[in-house]
Amino acid sequence: MRPGVAARVVVRRPEFTLDVELDVAEGEVLAVLGPNGAGKSTLLDVLSGLLRPAEGHVRVGDETLTGDGRHVPPHRRGVGLLAQQALLFPHLTALGNVAFGPRAQGVPRGEAERRARELLAAVDASELEQRRPGRMSGGQQQRVALARALAPGPALLLLDEPLAALDVDAAPALRSLLRRVIRERKQTALLVTHSALDALVLADRVLVLTGGRVVEQGPTREVLARPRSPFTARIAGLDLVPGIACPDGLRTADGLLVSGRAAGVDDGEPAVAVFPPSAVAVYAQRPSGSPRNVLPVRLAAIEPRGDTVRLRAAAVDGGPAWVDGLAADVTPAAVADLGVEPGVELWFAVKATEVAIHAAG
Amino acid sequence: MTSALTGKRRDDERRRDHEFGVGLPPLLWVPAGLAFALIALPVVGLAIRADWPRVPELLLSGSALDALRLSLVTAAISTTLCIVFGGPLAVVLARGRLAGLSVLRSVVLLPLVLPPVVGGLALLFLLGRTGLLGRGLDLWFGVTIPFSTTAVVLAQTFVALPFLVVSTEGALRTAGQRYEAVAATLGASPGLAFRRVTVPLVLPGLASGAVLAFARCLGEFGATIAFAGSLQGTTRTLPLLVYLERESDVDAAVALSLLLVVVAVAVIAVARPRGVEGSR
Repeated sequence: MRPGVAARVVVRRPEFTLDVELDVAEGEVLAVLGPNGAGKSTLLDVLSGLLRPAEGHVRVGDETLTGDGRHVPPHRRGVGLLAQQALLFPHLTALGNVAFGPRAQGVPRGEAERRARELLAAVDASELEQRRPGRMSGGQQQRVALARALAPGPALLLLDEPLAALDVDAAPALRSLLRRVIRERKQTALLVTHSALDALVLADRVLVLTGGRVVEQGPTREVLARPRSPFTARIAGLDLVPGIACPDGLRTADGLLVSGRAAGVDDGEPAVAVFPPSAVAVYAQRPSGSPRNVLPVRLAAIEPRGDTVRLRAAAVDGGPAWVDGLAADVTPAAVADLGVEPGVELWFAVKATEVAIHAAG
Repeated sequence: MTSALTGKRRDDERRRDHEFGVGLPPLLWVPAGLAFALIALPVVGLAIRADWPRVPELLLSGSALDALRLSLVTAAISTTLCIVFGGPLAVVLARGRLAGLSVLRSVVLLPLVLPPVVGGLALLFLLGRTGLLGRGLDLWFGVTIPFSTTAVVLAQTFVALPFLVVSTEGALRTAGQRYEAVAATLGASPGLAFRRVTVPLVLPGLASGAVLAFARCLGEFGATIAFAGSLQGTTRTLPLLVYLERESDVDAAVALSLLLVVVAVAVIAVARPRGVEGSR
């Protein structure tokens, strides 16, 4: 039984005041998005017990960890942490690292190591058992660190930008591993991230923090698809199409195929097609030829964005409704050539190679 | 990561092949060479001056063996005391949250810059029969410390302590508290985290500090002669014997000196990788 989390945190600093109220249901993953200095790290410090807030409470299930005059120290809270840096203990093997938590709880060595082996297998790191961190790659270290964080069976797992320090080759694999492991174990977790993709893949709900306050929250896809704060719009900055994964990409609710490349998602799973607005080409006439996704849209808005111009789409009568809100970034010259104005009908085209299909929801 | 590493390796190879590195100003070589000569030549002189056929005999004389035994035993005890008391002091200096900790740190460095003979005198005035603490020890317990083997150990511990404290404190600071925070989120109490995480992490620093402290103990002269005197078998350690023999039997002094050189070289070989180069 893994209980949910309810917290209200007030921390006053000379530069800013953090005042956040949040709850995470049992087995749910909540993503906290926000610019630097929004108070994300402070929030994590309070939840993990490293910092005692001026006001508020942290409750996990029926237990009050902070508040009502109580402050349970970090090592008795049952709140785990996976940070940007793996921080594996350099003097211990992978097995020793993962067994550390259970051993600290008084589990006998044999039992602790059995549990550690199981977890290393769950994160596909069995072959690293006897290896020390110095001889592992960044991705391998982070996998072992995930197993270590799960080993004590934390009631709440804090994920502090767990993919930010990994290189581009290692991040996608760990992202889908994190998703699989956390879903399978129904681990209650709070994810702090800068990346809309991490939030989409890993979280059920997001909460957007700016200047120490919650500016938006809700189901991940809704918040990112319809950003209401400038920060969310900027990090969302991506075009999203929800649907179900299929062999060639993703099938939308109205049965249309969006071609793309799957990234750690099985056919038939809920998924989202993601592509950057810069990958969208805009045509006045339906283009033909090359394998690409071609979507009929009505131009809703023209937004100048420095060197480029963002064209915002709305649905055409009788066309797919989900194109509403999609963006295309084009050069000012292209806008002049097209001679467009809001209300006209256009075609958005995006190559299948630019579309990534991620598991979601 | 991997590609960055191989890229760097390729760079290094290229540099070796074509030598396009920036050269040194030629004038630099002169003072650098002189400095090196100043360190190396005296040792060479010592080796040349030695009466090699008699060296074994000189080293095996009664007084030499007494001094060697005393030196090794006292240095070992002093180093142990440095670890037992200096280790915790390093932890307090690195992790404590006290006002005036920087003042405390400066005081700890005092034996490093103080002339050892001054340290010896200071110890004498504290623990001598008329000293601040010494008088009480004498009156109430009948204990006199000066001019005993205990005094040798105290003098050595006094001068060697900063080496261990500085080295260990540096290792603690380098390790940082991040690992301890991780241990806490895994359920380890502060005591357990200290034993299972902090201590193993700083062990190399502590070890190199201990080797340096041992070497300093072995070479201790000024504080020992001021506080403990020079009694064969009780307080006359190797350096004191060298100083004494220098007047009566130069060959013996040279042979003993060479023994100390050998010990010093061994210490550098053991402690250098982290102790000297790591602390740049």
